[in-house]
Amino acid sequence: MAIEVRIPTILRSYTGGAKVVEGTGDTLGDLLADLDSRHAGLKARLVTEAGALHRFVNVYVNDEDVRFLGALDAKLNDGDSVTILPAVAGGAFGFAAAAAIAQHGAATAARSAVAAR
Amino acid sequence: MLSIDRSIVDAIVAHARRDHPDEACGVVAGPAGSDTPTRHIPMDNAARSMTFYEFDSMEQLRVWREMDDRDEEPVVIYHSHTATEAYPSRTDISFAGEPGAHYLLVSTRDSDTEEIRSFRIVDGVVTEEPVRILDAGVDPHAVQSYMFGQSPATVDYECSGR
Repeated sequence: MAIEVRIPTILRSYTGGAKVVEGTGDTLGDLLADLDSRHAGLKARLVTEAGALHRFVNVYVNDEDVRFLGALDAKLNDGDSVTILPAVAGGAFGFAAAAAIAQHGAATAARSAVAAR
Repeated sequence: MLSIDRSIVDAIVAHARRDHPDEACGVVAGPAGSDTPTRHIPMDNAARSMTFYEFDSMEQLRVWREMDDRDEEPVVIYHSHTATEAYPSRTDISFAGEPGAHYLLVSTRDSDTEEIRSFRIVDGVVTEEPVRILDAGVDPHAVQSYMFGQSPATVDYECSGR
């Protein structure tokens, strides 16, 4: 059995238009590496150069946001379903928003670190 | 061009006014491929900010799955700017992840003026488009109607009939 991954419209150019693809991996990071071997470029849209999950996407394992499951270290099992959605966010002021994003990122990272322990 | 029913526009404006001075946000779903917004879904602004909005990730998953089950897609994604014009900010552009959606902005900076503009945002490029407001065409029971420009004491803004 493999892991089913639901791909949002904006990333279907990497999967030949497919809405659902399958992959394998013990963690989310492994799964994305596996997917990238067949759908080159997909991983770079989800993971930053620093190796963290990109802020512009939400990734879920079954019904959980992976930010609360250890992000890229989130453990996966055969039969899990992974859903990728574009995060919907924005707002009036670029700088204030950038600060909010940075804060949010730091807070989620801290929560992930606690969850991973 | 975005064609959207008057009752939905009224509901969106009412939602934006109710949450003012915080930014309000939501979705109008429609049948996949139809480019017709039919089902208004007000969303929580998880950021609860006057300058930033963010869908709650768990609410978003629930709503996106529901759309998937109903063969719908997010035809309109809207939010409000509460002190500035209804034009996408740099933050809006960097986040815009639904190339098929109409990004509708409502400004609530003036309580007497309805300021609505619609944009396509694809690969970081913003294109404004005309908005055509239709006065019929949507089941009147699908979306509640709103008294805009008044100060009603009790109005159900939550589309609780959905």
